[in-house]
Amino acid sequence: MFTPHTKADVEAMLKTIGVGKVEDLFNVVPEKYRFPDLNLPEPLSEMEAAAELDSIASANATTRDFICFLGAGAYQHYIPAAVDNLLQRGEFYTSYTPYQPEISQGTLQAIFEFQSLISLLTGMDVSNASHYDGATAAAEAVILANHHFRGKRSKVLLSRAINPQYREVIRGYMQANAALHIVGDDPETGIEPDLKNLIAQIDLDTSLVMVQYPDFFGRIIDYKPLIEAAHAQGALVAVVVNPTALALLTPPGEIGADIVVGEGQPLGIPLSYGGPYLGFFAVKNPLLRKISGRLVGETVDTQGELAYVLTLTAREQHIRREKATSNICSNQGLMALAATIYMTLLGKTGFQQVANLCYQNAHYTANTVQEVPGFSLPFKATPFFHEFVVQADQDVPELLVHLQDHGILGGYDLSQDYPELEGCLLMAVTEMNSREDIDYLTDVLSEVEHA
Amino acid sequence: MREPTIFELSSPGRTGVTFQEPDVPLTDIPQEFARANLPFPEISELGVVRHFTKLSQKNYAIDLGFYPLGSCTMKYNPKINEAIARYPGFAATHPLQPEDTVQGNLYLMYTLQNWLAEIGGFADTTLEPAAGAQGELVGTMIIARYHKDRGDLKRTRILIPDSAHGTNPASSAMLGFDPVQLPSDERGNVDLKALRELCDDRLAGLMFTNPNTLGLFDENTAEVIRIVHEAGGLVYGDGANMNALLGVFKPGNCGIDVMHFNLHKTFSTPHGGGGPGSGAVMVCEKLVDYLPDPHVVMTDPGDEETAPTYGFARPKKSIGRVKAFHGHFGMLVRAYTYIAMLGQDGLRDVAEKAVLNANYLQAKLKGSYTLPYDRSCMHEFVLEGYWKDVPDIRALDIAKRLMDYDFHPPTNYFPLIVHEALMIEPTETESIETLDQFADAMVKIAEEARTQPELLKNAPHNTPVKRADELKAAKDLVFCCYPAGDWDRNK
Repeated sequence: MFTPHTKADVEAMLKTIGVGKVEDLFNVVPEKYRFPDLNLPEPLSEMEAAAELDSIASANATTRDFICFLGAGAYQHYIPAAVDNLLQRGEFYTSYTPYQPEISQGTLQAIFEFQSLISLLTGMDVSNASHYDGATAAAEAVILANHHFRGKRSKVLLSRAINPQYREVIRGYMQANAALHIVGDDPETGIEPDLKNLIAQIDLDTSLVMVQYPDFFGRIIDYKPLIEAAHAQGALVAVVVNPTALALLTPPGEIGADIVVGEGQPLGIPLSYGGPYLGFFAVKNPLLRKISGRLVGETVDTQGELAYVLTLTAREQHIRREKATSNICSNQGLMALAATIYMTLLGKTGFQQVANLCYQNAHYTANTVQEVPGFSLPFKATPFFHEFVVQADQDVPELLVHLQDHGILGGYDLSQDYPELEGCLLMAVTEMNSREDIDYLTDVLSEVEHA
Repeated sequence: MREPTIFELSSPGRTGVTFQEPDVPLTDIPQEFARANLPFPEISELGVVRHFTKLSQKNYAIDLGFYPLGSCTMKYNPKINEAIARYPGFAATHPLQPEDTVQGNLYLMYTLQNWLAEIGGFADTTLEPAAGAQGELVGTMIIARYHKDRGDLKRTRILIPDSAHGTNPASSAMLGFDPVQLPSDERGNVDLKALRELCDDRLAGLMFTNPNTLGLFDENTAEVIRIVHEAGGLVYGDGANMNALLGVFKPGNCGIDVMHFNLHKTFSTPHGGGGPGSGAVMVCEKLVDYLPDPHVVMTDPGDEETAPTYGFARPKKSIGRVKAFHGHFGMLVRAYTYIAMLGQDGLRDVAEKAVLNANYLQAKLKGSYTLPYDRSCMHEFVLEGYWKDVPDIRALDIAKRLMDYDFHPPTNYFPLIVHEALMIEPTETESIETLDQFADAMVKIAEEARTQPELLKNAPHNTPVKRADELKAAKDLVFCCYPAGDWDRNK
């Protein structure tokens, strides 16, 4: 279909090669296995494919068909038209890893700007060129800490208020390391905002303490005591962040975090049913040589002109092979570019406006929902950003179906991951939720039969 | 001309895209958490558009020209893929929506799982891995879990041919395996004698790239697999080079146990300047229970009246989750579209034309360059970028000089087993005219190496920047364009 060869071309090429027919080029493949049938549907023209895929897409109901209060790690935000328009430049999306700096300065400078924006946003010194997503970036933080202490500290403490999927990915990545104990996220340690139970477990065997900011329940918690306690034992601290929230909140870098990671999807990347997204990863200077993944650095060319290159590649798998700390090879290049364009386009003013809209709309929602009989805010005493927990005095799955019947994606049923939060719903509110939507939500909630 | 950074372009008070003010009653942000300063750039929308447009013009790309980067399969990325992945029906779905609201997505994933398994000759597929390297990680996890489940705990070794991708040893090491390098024989195949010697009860598996990074299909493929199986090991197939085998060879039929495909190579999803990739993993029947969580299944086959329904399920002995949510869905939409448009004949045509193009270029170049393994190649081949009579010229110089002829250079210095390697993968979407122009440039450069070597040594001459000082970058360690005055670079 996308091959340009005419019959005459093929004949000329075969003649140059010195074989009689194309099939002969595959004689090395054992005959028994050569040219098997593929049981696939008849091929479609572009027009037919467009129609078929349109019909598959139409079998979904989307966040545009619903009023969406679903977050829990992926958030709907307005993406300015210029973001996707620039992303669709073939010079960006049909290029590859900038191994040849002379003809990749566009990608390299954009990554350099991405690194700069992420460093500023998180309050850290160095950001890499990105990881697959927030969850794998969190796993890479655990790997980094383990290498930092050369495996001599065997404990990693995870807050139970970290996204459960992230904790599962961390355990998956570290599954071969039987000597490493990943603890702290059990129900006994719990999710109290004072973190006392977690802090009590930090000791000289702890390599890393990881928390989330705002946490999985949307809460803004003061991590200074935890960071001080961790540093007193020589442990590192990693903070998983929501980048939108950092437009308004003191960044973890300013309160002593050693590593900051997060999911960059809110920065101009469509929900797209979970991917591709963008993991970001930033550290303080002492850890910079231990960072995995690509890094772009500034240099000059032979004429003395400023130029950007991939640097410190000796850490990476293509040089160190089995000794590399991570096998990561690609980064999320195009997604990092989307985030860079988004952050630049919104800039200081627009980015703070978006965060403030999220904050204000979420607080209005929380305030109105808690006034509906049968609903309350169990974590009311703790500040939150754009996500919060609602306790309902009725069955949450039934409530979600009721809301769905009224065109609302009501949120995330927390009892799936937290048995102690039976009856609790996690709701996210962004700039995309209008006051009208929010008032409609409370109207629908008011109609619900209570237990 | 140098393009200023976004911080140099910034002017205090200027705005790009702005938003409405809140229309709800306001709540104060708690003072103890309020950020003091956000030193983000302040640029107009047009300023931002021009900046990134200018940056794009400093890139080379498939849409601009020939990109024969070996082992990367830089084929045409169909525009229709981009349009379809952006359909709101796909792009505006939240990953945690109830299954009954995303039956289209689940159908697409279920169908793609089956298509990829069919193309590779496997029993089932996971679409979760974010890239080829993560696919390798999943495959290695499955191998580890398989042996562990059988109580076969001595198996700590993974054999990796010296012609393998660098991610293979790194992936094995991440899972606690001991990667052992396996030499190639003089024809570029796995050395069977060395293989037999290493096949004992410590063998967990072999990571087998076939065709290998020399572009050669192993002449003893079936025998290699048989030897590993006989010793109780599993064979992992690195599918980075699957473009040569579509409709030609099903690795699963020949006994490969677990394998990844790079959807961004073989199935035309764009490389995006270094990602996102997408690395589906296929497994044989005995490994299906180990696939990552979640996995798409048909929950109800339906009947004449009702359509089938689809949902997620956790495979019985799943290795768990390797990333949040369920894979690079946007890339899956593109790969689905591509396969739907090509079908059986189209896919085989891809492999045939990819291999035809590579052999054509190999034939045209082997008079001017040393071809260390002089065999019919698959989708790519490796030349030496070195001549004894001009020892100062290296592969790097040839690569840089190619830029002056408006071509992207081949992969250089890989695979490691070829001296000054130039690894050339033309892909099937290039025409004979393009291949001829490239071959002419390569032949010309071979002449220039003798007559005007400084042209190569000082190349490239016409690019936005000249050769960059990589040592300086590694010494200075400047990773951020901090706005002057706001941040101290040396703190």
